Amino acid sequence: MNAWTDAIVVLVALTNLALLGSSRLSVCIRVVAIQGIFFGLAAVLLRAEPLTMDLGLVALASVVMKGIVFPALLLRTARNVNIRREVEPFVGFTTSLFIGLGLLGIALWIGSQLPSAANPTGSLVIPLALFTVMVGLFTIASRKKAISQVLGYLTMENGIFAFGVTVVGGIPVLVELGVLMDVFVAVFVMCIATWHISREFDHIDVDQLNALKG
Amino acid sequence: MAVESLISVVLALVLAPLFLGVINRVKAIFAGRTGQPLLQTYYDLAKLLRKGAVYSRTTTWVFRAGPTVALAATLAALVVMPLGGTPALVSFPGDLVLFAYLLGLGRFFTVVAALDTGSSFEGMGASREVQFAAVAEPALLLGLAALAVRTHSLSLSGIFAGPAGSVTLQAWIQMGPIVLLVGGAFLIVFLAENARIPVDDPNTHLELTMIHEVMVLDHSGPDFAFIQYGGALKHWVLGALVVGCLLPVHPASALWAPAVSVAEMLTLAVVVGIIESVMARLRLVSVPHLLAGALTLSVVALVLVIY
Repeated sequence: MNAWTDAIVVLVALTNLALLGSSRLSVCIRVVAIQGIFFGLAAVLLRAEPLTMDLGLVALASVVMKGIVFPALLLRTARNVNIRREVEPFVGFTTSLFIGLGLLGIALWIGSQLPSAANPTGSLVIPLALFTVMVGLFTIASRKKAISQVLGYLTMENGIFAFGVTVVGGIPVLVELGVLMDVFVAVFVMCIATWHISREFDHIDVDQLNALKG
Repeated sequence: MAVESLISVVLALVLAPLFLGVINRVKAIFAGRTGQPLLQTYYDLAKLLRKGAVYSRTTTWVFRAGPTVALAATLAALVVMPLGGTPALVSFPGDLVLFAYLLGLGRFFTVVAALDTGSSFEGMGASREVQFAAVAEPALLLGLAALAVRTHSLSLSGIFAGPAGSVTLQAWIQMGPIVLLVGGAFLIVFLAENARIPVDDPNTHLELTMIHEVMVLDHSGPDFAFIQYGGALKHWVLGALVVGCLLPVHPASALWAPAVSVAEMLTLAVVVGIIESVMARLRLVSVPHLLAGALTLSVVALVLVIY
């Protein structure tokens, strides 16, 4: 493992923790965008094999989508529904940070239990991908605002992308691009849905959606 | 070796008040003011030392001991803290724990002296100080632990100025992420422990927001001079920790080493001045959040090192 890998791993771990610890939605959106860019770079830098055309294409598409298109869409939605911060999450921000540290420990432990054949490149990349998936799930479970949940979903997708690109390696470019397209459509639809929720109910707290509007 | 270490201690004793002067000058330049003289802290100290102290009748010996013990603890911490690649005057395995708890002892006596005045106002400041220290101290200790594991050394001199494997410019590139994480954590601890701006404003006497200033309101004369000088030394000692992590440039020749280390410290002073000028003070409720961030950085570094 070289210094570049190390630096990217640490930076991505920090973006995950920043997502958990920050209450301002615009900061969270940018953090997830930066994470997407890092994972796109990681797909190119962390591989043992030389760079192929296909992989370069996938990485480029993912950087453009996650680094530019998604944050633009989400920031627009956040502005339209007039939400700037996650006010009362189910789990407080400092507690979330400490839970994030626990998740990091669990991810590293699982990574150390994996057989070495499943972990050919850097020893820290697999645990990091697992950590990212767990943070995404935790964000979805612990936050109230619809936009935070979209961010959790995107974070999870980032983790799965990193896992696929670094471990499996042989995923056809069509499949990767298809997944990226699906994610794009999902974010697009979720942004519209968020806007409609806010139009109907004057808020985007998803925990109140199961109550009837009287 | 002992001579060089002695020189760096003497430099710290002489130049620590200048560190505060540089921070204030940078803030003044940012605000477009001329600012107080660079040596203002020295003038303040000289004036305070010539005055007499006033003691309230409700106070006991604890109140009188507070400033002296705090200054003595900081001086002792200075003796085990290496600066700029020069080993510390005293070093032994485990002195990093001593270092952390000397700072803790100094804080304890400042807090106890504040409580001894019987003023509810000072009690409030004491409670805040302890509340924030409870989070800042684990961040400091875990950061030191991460560095200790990485450099296989249990003493501060071994970590920052050891013969091999210590934090130097070459090693810095290899273990960059870890040192950066720990350095970031130490910078936040530095700002919190020294009551600098994102945590506490050293200039304000606004009662709702102060932490450190409120605890030392009742001290006067030489006692207050001790507190101010101790505060300046604390800046220097914790600053040496931050500089050791983030700016580990050690010249080979012994002649240049003190000059370079002083230059590094003054760079830190400029950076702190810039931070103070561009940032606003955090609300009191979000300060623990910032310190939890520092703790997180330390823990991530420690986990990565152990892994």
